Amino acid sequence: MLLREVEYVKPASVAEALEALAENEGARALAGGQTLINVMKARAASPDGLVDLNGLEELKGIELATDGTLTIGAMTTYSEIVDSAEARARPILAEVCAQIADVQVRNRGTIGGNLCSNDPTNHLPPLMAAIGARMTIRSQAGERTVSAGEFFVGVYLTAVGPGELLTSISVPAGKQDGFAAVTLGADGTCIANAAATVDGSVRVALGCVDAVPVVLEADSVDSVRDAVRAANLDPPSDVHASAEYRAHLAEVLAERAARQAEERR
Amino acid sequence: MDVAVTINGTLYERDVEARKLLIHFVRDDLDLTGSHIGCDTGNCGACSMIVDGKLVKSCMLLAVQANGSTIETVEGLADGGELTALQQAFSDHHALQCGYCTPGMLMSATALLRANPSPSDDEIKKALQGNICRCTGYWNIFEAVKAAAR
Repeated sequence: MLLREVEYVKPASVAEALEALAENEGARALAGGQTLINVMKARAASPDGLVDLNGLEELKGIELATDGTLTIGAMTTYSEIVDSAEARARPILAEVCAQIADVQVRNRGTIGGNLCSNDPTNHLPPLMAAIGARMTIRSQAGERTVSAGEFFVGVYLTAVGPGELLTSISVPAGKQDGFAAVTLGADGTCIANAAATVDGSVRVALGCVDAVPVVLEADSVDSVRDAVRAANLDPPSDVHASAEYRAHLAEVLAERAARQAEERR
Repeated sequence: MDVAVTINGTLYERDVEARKLLIHFVRDDLDLTGSHIGCDTGNCGACSMIVDGKLVKSCMLLAVQANGSTIETVEGLADGGELTALQQAFSDHHALQCGYCTPGMLMSATALLRANPSPSDDEIKKALQGNICRCTGYWNIFEAVKAAAR
């Protein structure tokens, strides 16, 4: 398909990328392009310019600190996370990334792109919310770090504003995590999903049921379903699931994810 | 914009509009029509190519993004006219009906066997997940890849 005419720049540094974004209000950052290129075909997005981040080595790679904290560059692909020795420090990361779409998409799609697109059906927003990830956002004015709760703002909206870039994601140490989803075909788009972390209490983040991940706390795995019911979810209805069915799935998947997290010691 | 890519060992240099997808550049500008456009939405995998060693769908990459890359397409497989073991296995196992998905299937299976010469059944299925065969001839494709694996 022919896209609308678009300017293209491939900066050699993050500073150059931020300058290009600041100079052109209609420019968008191009990460893996596995969403953006397609929505440009459909004209659902029509940026005047693309700032291609693919040449920026400083946004790629995974570092494991001595305290177990992982720092993941925003331009790290799903495949790189799946294959990373460092990422095994928090096994759920590779497990979930291996469930996203297919080999081709995983070879191009990035963690930063997944989070910044904040499609409510994406895998990684609820996962990041459950495991307590923090996002570092840079602009020409400086750098700030926000929690998942602050990062996800609305459907396709995040705290990353005009002239800003998500540069890295920081994931604390931990192992007791779970993830469950009902998808359109194996590894397809999520109809509903849930991520959970057990750390004394249970934290569950539900995807696909609201504009941003819905985070719930429960005292124990046995009370997770009650917590989901108490949240009075009002999920969207679509061709794949009614609101009622999606709310039911959220309950089931929350429990599955929590049990998986608890069993992992 | 100036784009230089090496495809199946040949260097191509062209002036390309930034908005042109890699698949259109390869098919329309370079006349390498082996790679197909199926859905043009990133779902079907008919346009799969190996770019700098990584399997990608070339409808979700701009041609300008491939500048400086080394690309392999289905035309590069039977170098010198002799089928690869995988292509021969596709023929032997009748792994194509209409043939539309075949270029993408071959590139996905080539990437798999290169990274993992002895894949398990599940690994073969997982590796072909991004490629749709609308004749639904998956079983013979699976058998062919299995036969070509060591």
